[in-house]
Amino acid sequence: MSDTATMEQPTQDAGERQPVTKKEITADNPTWCPGCGDFSVLSIYYKLIQKRNIPHESVSTVAGIGCSSRFPYFVQAHGVHYIHGRALSFASGLSISRPDLHVFTFGGDGDAFSIGGNHFVHTARKNVKMTYLVMDNFVYGLTKKQTSPTSPLGFKSKTDNWGAFDQPINPMKLAISAGATFVARASHTNPKHLLEMMDAAMDHDGFSFIECLSECTEFFAGAFDSSNPRKGGEFKLMPEDHDPTDEAAAYALASEDFPGRFGIFYQIQRPTKNALEAGVIDAAQGKFEGKPDSEVLQATFNLMK
Amino acid sequence: MSETTVSEANNGSNSQPSNISEVTIRLAGNSQDGIQSIGGFLARLAGRSERDVMTMMTIPSTISGGASIFQVRLGSGEVISPGDKADVLFAFYQHSYDNHVNNLTKGGVLVYDSDHVEPCEEWLTKYRHIGIAISSLTVEAIGGTARDKGKNIFALGLIAGMFSLDTAKLERLINERFGSKSKSILKTAMDAFQAGCRYQSNDISNLFRLARGGAERSNQVVMSGNEAIGYGLIAAGVRFGAGYPITPWSDIMELLRRELPKYGGSFIQCEDEIASVSMAIGASYGGHVAVTGSSGPGISLKTEAIGWAVMAEIPLVVIDVQRGGPSTGLPTDVEQSDLNIALYGGHGDSPRVVLAASDVEDCFYTAIEAVNIARKYSVPVFVLSDQAIATRIEAFNEPDLKTICKNVELDLSPVPSHKPYDLSSGDGPSQHRAPGTRIEDGRYPVVTGLEHDEWGHPSGDAANHIAMTKKRRNKLKTLADELPAPEVYGADSGDVLLVGWGSTKGPLLEAVEELGNNGDALSALHIKHINPLPNGLDTIFSRFNSVYVIEMNDGGVYGYGQLAGVLRARFADARIKGINKTAARRWKVSEIIERVKARLEEEAATA
Repeated sequence: MSDTATMEQPTQDAGERQPVTKKEITADNPTWCPGCGDFSVLSIYYKLIQKRNIPHESVSTVAGIGCSSRFPYFVQAHGVHYIHGRALSFASGLSISRPDLHVFTFGGDGDAFSIGGNHFVHTARKNVKMTYLVMDNFVYGLTKKQTSPTSPLGFKSKTDNWGAFDQPINPMKLAISAGATFVARASHTNPKHLLEMMDAAMDHDGFSFIECLSECTEFFAGAFDSSNPRKGGEFKLMPEDHDPTDEAAAYALASEDFPGRFGIFYQIQRPTKNALEAGVIDAAQGKFEGKPDSEVLQATFNLMK
Repeated sequence: MSETTVSEANNGSNSQPSNISEVTIRLAGNSQDGIQSIGGFLARLAGRSERDVMTMMTIPSTISGGASIFQVRLGSGEVISPGDKADVLFAFYQHSYDNHVNNLTKGGVLVYDSDHVEPCEEWLTKYRHIGIAISSLTVEAIGGTARDKGKNIFALGLIAGMFSLDTAKLERLINERFGSKSKSILKTAMDAFQAGCRYQSNDISNLFRLARGGAERSNQVVMSGNEAIGYGLIAAGVRFGAGYPITPWSDIMELLRRELPKYGGSFIQCEDEIASVSMAIGASYGGHVAVTGSSGPGISLKTEAIGWAVMAEIPLVVIDVQRGGPSTGLPTDVEQSDLNIALYGGHGDSPRVVLAASDVEDCFYTAIEAVNIARKYSVPVFVLSDQAIATRIEAFNEPDLKTICKNVELDLSPVPSHKPYDLSSGDGPSQHRAPGTRIEDGRYPVVTGLEHDEWGHPSGDAANHIAMTKKRRNKLKTLADELPAPEVYGADSGDVLLVGWGSTKGPLLEAVEELGNNGDALSALHIKHINPLPNGLDTIFSRFNSVYVIEMNDGGVYGYGQLAGVLRARFADARIKGINKTAARRWKVSEIIERVKARLEEEAATA
């Protein structure tokens, strides 16, 4: 913590190094099905790393379990493939203890809103510094077509042959009400817009959340056609006069019928968990004027004699 | 004085003071009475003088109200267990009197608050009764204001008077405890204490003469087991932790939350147990060994993530302050029934390290050892404590913090290449490179819960799974070779060897000593490293005819407890048998002796 560089300081040798190439950041061949929306998210992630020229070693890619959570294997940087639903908690521990890293967490709708729903809410309210991108395909793909927490009403899956009837979660509304400070929506069919959103998310000092619609061609083909102009749909951006600090307006926009809007619904500045904890450390350490740890502990032990 | 009534017990009690080398005092009241703080003062006094002390506390799971007891054993030699029966009982209420009379030694002294307690005819003849109007005398001493606050400090004064304790030192301690609060609080406490000390009726100061010990011991610290674990973790260089409130683990988390920032660290209170263990693992991955902990159900919830840390070979320290189980169980009572979950919790083959602390001092050193093992072997390490040591206050020799304290700097220097799961390290552990480390050949590691190859990429290959399973297992064998040889207390061969782990150490050794004094030569072995076990246990066992494993858990369907099960599986030795207790109370010395004798008689009869 105190012994690591802060985010603002460039790494020592970044200046001498050549810009990162796509080849350098590409790892294993993705195992996704042909046509999967996750491919375009991955290629935009490569683009983002190139555009921002982030050295590999300072990028941490964390994921849980699901098709999309295979992500870290395909990125040539420090990566973590954690357990189902808990990637945000893992990433929080990493982010708070290592402020010098860029922490990105990737996952799917099951990971984020079902098994990991509680962690999503609490990471948002704590405003832990990281970017969380959820590739939302409205279905459990890795386990072959069960109803997911975002499956629309009437979706016929192997666990709801007659059509899903549990009210789906609205990720934008959930994030806003949980206290997320950056809430945006994108789609794999519009990579340019996705890159803009990821860029803005990276610039945000806090918990930045992007829901990216990412089609599962195998188990829910055509799910997002109504948002895709190439399939006769409409990619509807936020109204030009939308004030992203207006929570009620953001909530109202998030309530529009599917396919809804794309862009930054909500963004405010609130101190991050990282900064608040660092403040506690500064205040506590200030009293000891740089004394070695053994003397600080000795002072406590002296009170226990 | 009219407030006082006395009965002389018929059986031998007289006005001659008893010369004793140690005394066990039990205070019984309600949880809001602050009787625990009396124990704290006496323990700290002992730490500053020639006496040794051990305390035992039971608290009810209700927040306020409800019965609470505190037991203090003061002695001039080494005190290793909190004592079985009390020599003196302080009963503040009728229920305290009714429920605890049976815990007095024959002819013991029963001090009761005559404002609240009506003594029972039957007991008047068995125990020496001293009725003192503790409540009204306290109110009188502190100015007749508040409810019955302060009677704990009045009682402390009474105890100081009874045993001729060093009142000047106690006053200094009261000063330290209350001096930082308001002047009136300090004055109230001092008034109550002095009134208790001055109370002289019925020659209470002539009942006992507590022997003085040897030389003055100046370098002692006094703390509870939970505190010792917290400070041990800090001393070992832990700078990140995460947890969720649960009894009796919460004290450790509160301490770390408060103390870690002084050392540049953080402790995060999470939304649940799973987030806690995950956050700690995330920080460990970041390069600093982190801690999580819990009790009872909280440990069950963490198991999946701990399995991941085993698979991904990430260091982690998990503190388990055991309580009675299963399920919500007995939240404020002691049991040693989490050994199995510590050893085996979770799916798949997931070898991890399990250590158990035996007393308060050992909590400090076990926490340090756990951190060092986690660091060196890149593996989760369980520290098993229990409710009995967690809340117990003991004085122990002050650690040499200058040599013990560590603050390991993060090493982010570039490396030419790196395999996170390098198989060429043989049976030794491989080490991760923290994120932020530049890997010059451009091949970056993934740490993962999927079975993986040496670079961390998924592999379902059979030969690879065999090799990786062996890697995760054999590093613990390497650790076993480094562990200190187990030590036998008493003769190193004989008829019966008693084996214990964790907090049973004190009563176990005392039982061996007491049996020895009565001509029954038994030996004992205390096991601290449970997984891996130290080498050489089999040769020790082979020198005895019977091995009884004393545990605070159930003997199960086949008649042996959780450690006994491990030892039987390890050594395939049918002479290993269980002596178990599930009363949710610690082992008493007398109980161990009775149970062992009964077992020996039973076996002799069937032989």
